[in-house]
Amino acid sequence: MSAFTSSANVASANGAPQPNGAHSVGATSGVAIHQAPAAARDKLTIEMLNFYYGQNRALKDITLSLRENEVTAFIGPSGCGKSTLLRVLNRIYELYPNQVAKGRVMLDGQDILDARQDRNMLRARIGMVFQKPTPFPMTIYENIAFGIRLYETLPRSETDGRVEHALRGAALWNEVKDKLNASGTSLSGGQQQRLCIARTVAVKPEVILFDEPCSALDPISTSKIEELIDELSAKYTIAIVTHNMQQAARVSQYTAFMYLGELVEFGETQTIFTSPKQKQTEEYITGRFG
Amino acid sequence: MANTKPVTTSLLARRKSTDTVFKGLCYVATALGLSALCLILGSLLSHGVAGLNLRVFTEITPGPGSEGGLLNAIVGSLIMTVIGVLVGTPIGVLAGTFMAEYGRYERVTHVVRFINDILLSAPSIVIGLFVYELIVVPMGSFSGLAGGMALAIIVVPVVVRTTEDMLLLVPNQLREAATSIGAPRSVIIRSVCYRAAQAGIVTGVLLAVARVSGETAPLLFTALGNLNFSLSLGSPMASLPLTINQFASSAYPEWQSLAWTGALIITAAVLLLSIAARALVSKRNGP
Repeated sequence: MSAFTSSANVASANGAPQPNGAHSVGATSGVAIHQAPAAARDKLTIEMLNFYYGQNRALKDITLSLRENEVTAFIGPSGCGKSTLLRVLNRIYELYPNQVAKGRVMLDGQDILDARQDRNMLRARIGMVFQKPTPFPMTIYENIAFGIRLYETLPRSETDGRVEHALRGAALWNEVKDKLNASGTSLSGGQQQRLCIARTVAVKPEVILFDEPCSALDPISTSKIEELIDELSAKYTIAIVTHNMQQAARVSQYTAFMYLGELVEFGETQTIFTSPKQKQTEEYITGRFG
Repeated sequence: MANTKPVTTSLLARRKSTDTVFKGLCYVATALGLSALCLILGSLLSHGVAGLNLRVFTEITPGPGSEGGLLNAIVGSLIMTVIGVLVGTPIGVLAGTFMAEYGRYERVTHVVRFINDILLSAPSIVIGLFVYELIVVPMGSFSGLAGGMALAIIVVPVVVRTTEDMLLLVPNQLREAATSIGAPRSVIIRSVCYRAAQAGIVTGVLLAVARVSGETAPLLFTALGNLNFSLSLGSPMASLPLTINQFASSAYPEWQSLAWTGALIITAAVLLLSIAARALVSKRNGP
């Protein structure tokens, strides 16, 4: 089992060893930037992360990095710790008792697991979109404005502009511009999920975590969300947990395969899907287990 | 096949008859419950409407053998109910919020919930005696304030229970979503959880109003009752339930008639509140 983690470390070390952020400027301005993964720097680095639900160790010595302005997909069978890992990255697990994370998660060189870090400010930098769409019980407009008002006091006209910008960013503006005062729950599932993405984008995060964002959606909504994730990766560092391997292959530049709380293999998506190094990865991808 | 068929038929017949009996029992029980309700409402209407006129709302309770209204009792009931709700609701909502939000996983919450359930079903006369010791004895007199406080003690457990239940119904995903954009706990509770649970919490408060507006026992030892018009919280205060209790058991036909009218007024007020509560809930749950 140490062989898995060490091989994963090797893979991550091979991936993008450039610590200098100079290239990331070019990456943010580009449109289809993900052809050049080598230009990306590490945005978020997870080091020897262990996670416990009470006595149960759900993550085992996870070490990997999310590259700036790239999409990293987490795949693996149910219960392998993908979602748990995501929930550590914005410390949302702290809402519940008896859940403990040990190790280091460095965001731009700062350990976010440090108790002195302000959790709310951290979550403003690392947004999250959930499996089920979760519009707040308010109007479409308020759903977006709520997050903006947490951080800024703006005149109404400026808030209007920011709401529109966020909705456009989530490819939802044209569908809702005439009913901004309708309830957020009145939208369809796919629209609700894009509303949640707009809400996340509105608070200007640096990293966005997607926890199976399409598993409750129909194929058309799914493809819209996937296109959106692709567009968003020009500006944000993205991590996505998915059960759908085609989705992982479509949207991500890097893929991590997890099994039983361990990181089995991590590398460029193309490599993972065409010539995985680990037998378990190959078996999972080809559908022989999981 | 030939062997099993008669068995199946008899089994089917038995099931059908059981079904019929059970259905019949359900119908009878419903009819019994409804007819009791209809009889109460019918006699209330037939006896109460006769005495319903403007004087009921403009004149105070009369002396024996003369005519008058229920003004002091209606105003007293309103004042004490408002005190009870104004004092009891914030305590109940905040305690329910603690139990569902901040202290959800703490042992003290289980203890509080248990005690609250006891309080919820405590005989209201006990609450009257408690407030008698706590307020009436030290103040040296019966008072509207003591009556209102006794009602507040009845309001608290009702509101605690409904607030906690309604907040527990708010999906955790909503809290997680609000947390993940960096909203602090108190903002999440006020802007998201309360809003999601709004209809239920308001219904709980309205239920508490309905409950206390008909209470007699806790007022016996606290507000006492007053035959004169009084707005003073420091002196005894009249109320509809107490007046009904006193007038209904009297020998004077004018008093008996007023008791019927008072009962009708309370029932109508509670009915209106219930309808308002239901309208609120269906508006929230509707499309």
